[in-house]
Amino acid sequence: MKKLRIEDKLYLVGYNVDHEYSHLGISDPEVCKTCEKKQCTYVCPASVYTWDEKEQKININYDACLECGTCRFACDYITWKYPRGGFGVAYKFG
Amino acid sequence: MRKKDFDVIVVGAGPAGLAAAYVLAKAGVDVIIIERGKFPGAKNVMGGIFYRKPMDDLIPEFYKEAPVERHIIEQRMWFMDDVSHFSMGIRTQKHNSEPYNCFSVLRAQFDKWFSKKVVEAGALLINETVVTEPIVEDGKVVGVRTDRPQGDLYADCVIAADGVQSFLAKSLGLRKKITPDKVALGVKEIISLSEEQVNDRFGVKDVNEGVTIEITGPFLKGMEGMAWIYTNKSSVSIGIGVIIDDLIKHNMNPNDLLESLKSHPSVLPLIEGGETMEYLAHVIPEGGYKSIPKMYTDGFMVAGDAAMLVDSVHREGSNLAVESGKLAARTYLEAKEAGDFSEKTLSRYQDKLEETFVLQDLKYYRNLPELLEEKRYLLTEYPQFLIDAMVEIYTVDGTPKPEKFRKIKDELKNRFGYVGLAKDLYTIWRKLR
Ligand SMILES: Cc1cc2nc3c(=O)[nH]c(=O)nc-3n(C[C@H](O)[C@H](O)[C@H](O)COP(=O)(O)OP(=O)(O)OC[C@H]3O[C@@H](n4cnc5c(N)ncnc54)[C@H](O)[C@@H]3O)c2cc1C
Ligand code: SF4
Ligand code: SF4
Repeated sequence: MKKLRIEDKLYLVGYNVDHEYSHLGISDPEVCKTCEKKQCTYVCPASVYTWDEKEQKININYDACLECGTCRFACDYITWKYPRGGFGVAYKFG
Repeated sequence: MRKKDFDVIVVGAGPAGLAAAYVLAKAGVDVIIIERGKFPGAKNVMGGIFYRKPMDDLIPEFYKEAPVERHIIEQRMWFMDDVSHFSMGIRTQKHNSEPYNCFSVLRAQFDKWFSKKVVEAGALLINETVVTEPIVEDGKVVGVRTDRPQGDLYADCVIAADGVQSFLAKSLGLRKKITPDKVALGVKEIISLSEEQVNDRFGVKDVNEGVTIEITGPFLKGMEGMAWIYTNKSSVSIGIGVIIDDLIKHNMNPNDLLESLKSHPSVLPLIEGGETMEYLAHVIPEGGYKSIPKMYTDGFMVAGDAAMLVDSVHREGSNLAVESGKLAARTYLEAKEAGDFSEKTLSRYQDKLEETFVLQDLKYYRNLPELLEEKRYLLTEYPQFLIDAMVEIYTVDGTPKPEKFRKIKDELKNRFGYVGLAKDLYTIWRKLR
């Protein structure tokens, strides 16, 4: 069986993307520069967070978020809210 | 007179909130249930095995009309390393006749169905609406604020069934900070197969009979977690849940872990050739009894995952959610009778939960999270020993049996020491007492 990458799998997920508002953020992006583990970049099951070496910051691709809540517990600097009502992930099966 | 739009506001249309709203609506209470998803279930993920009993008390024989997948007649437990697994399990015809023990379900479909029953019973359901905070006046919860324009709503009582994130209980200061060692991330795929493939691969007679497999052991490389494979009608749900702190420490990406599970030689033949239909993720509160917040205050009760009511040993959560939602609703009915929604009256909710399996089960396992935190090796080294011993016993290679048994005994001594073994057994016994 072919190994599936996260990108392949996210195609299978239904979303209602909120183009105006990101429900994810980082309260103090300066901290990221010295954050050793940068765990947000690997614990997220949707690869929402990536480290931008050039800009020295974390990029947040919030529209892929599965709203699992992991990053909220994994890093205190991540500000996590629910997407606005009706937006975000919408599972077909669950 | 205080403002009042409804008797009760229920936040969250998962099993806890739906059960609460159902009981209230049936009793003629004016109840609104608010859900942030497009529909109830759109945001919800579980393994998912749904236990019958608490739900059957609410809607007798619900499984005849609810979208359940298969009733479970066999439950297996695997201890797995990279190349072997040791299997135990129970298959019984006692679970193969009505009213059945438990069912595999897909939550987006199940919750949607349940919400229809709740609306039929007379509750008002509002979707696509986030409750942002409780409204507190004179130290009492009197309503909620939502993200809709003019979205403030007032009621005698608010039942927070808003799941593991539980912003409401948090903003009222009812619960402690949840640390990453007390929550697991579960990732899951639904993989389509034909009905016949599921029947053949899991050894069941027809599309109604189902099997569950729970998997733990050294393949998790010392992380605390559990994988599962559950049969649906024409698909399987396969997933893995691991404590978030362990993922962080092991630099582990959850999808990589799921992919390595899927390609394991014991697992692959069960899913080979199937197409992934959906990929899902959700956290599971696993702190157990000691992480339970205060579950009530003036005009406010907390139910289900929001109150951390998950028994991770037996992968039970949805049934605790239904039971707690039901009891919160019954507590409200008593409070209404008395015309008093104070903390004192609502504390009856806690008493009720203590009389049931919900708090009794969780209390029994109260020391387990700590035990496993201190002694992670219990999850790898003993299962590894078991696997190795079984391989030894079943390998016929000319070694006389007495020598084999001696070898196994020596291994036991080498790996754990008799003192270590006795200590571990004693600790487990003491912690579960
Ligand atoms: C991967 C995984 C596998 C599991 N496997 C099993 C299993 O096999 N068997 C089992 O019994 N249990 C299992 N569980 C546990 C079970 O899913 C939960 O215990 C159960 O869903 C709890 O129900 P609930 O109603 O309390 O919360 P939820 O089901 O989480 O429902 C909360 C609801 O509230 C809504 N909501 C949240 N906040 C707001 C807000 N502010 N405003 C409006 N709406 C809001 C959410 O959208 C959601 O619909 C599993 C959990 C996971 C994550
Ligand atoms: S968001 Fe948190 S985990 Fe990620 S780099 Fe910044 S500080 Fe580190
Ligand atoms: S909530 Fe889950 S999916 Fe969304 S960004 Fe955080 S870890 Fe990733």
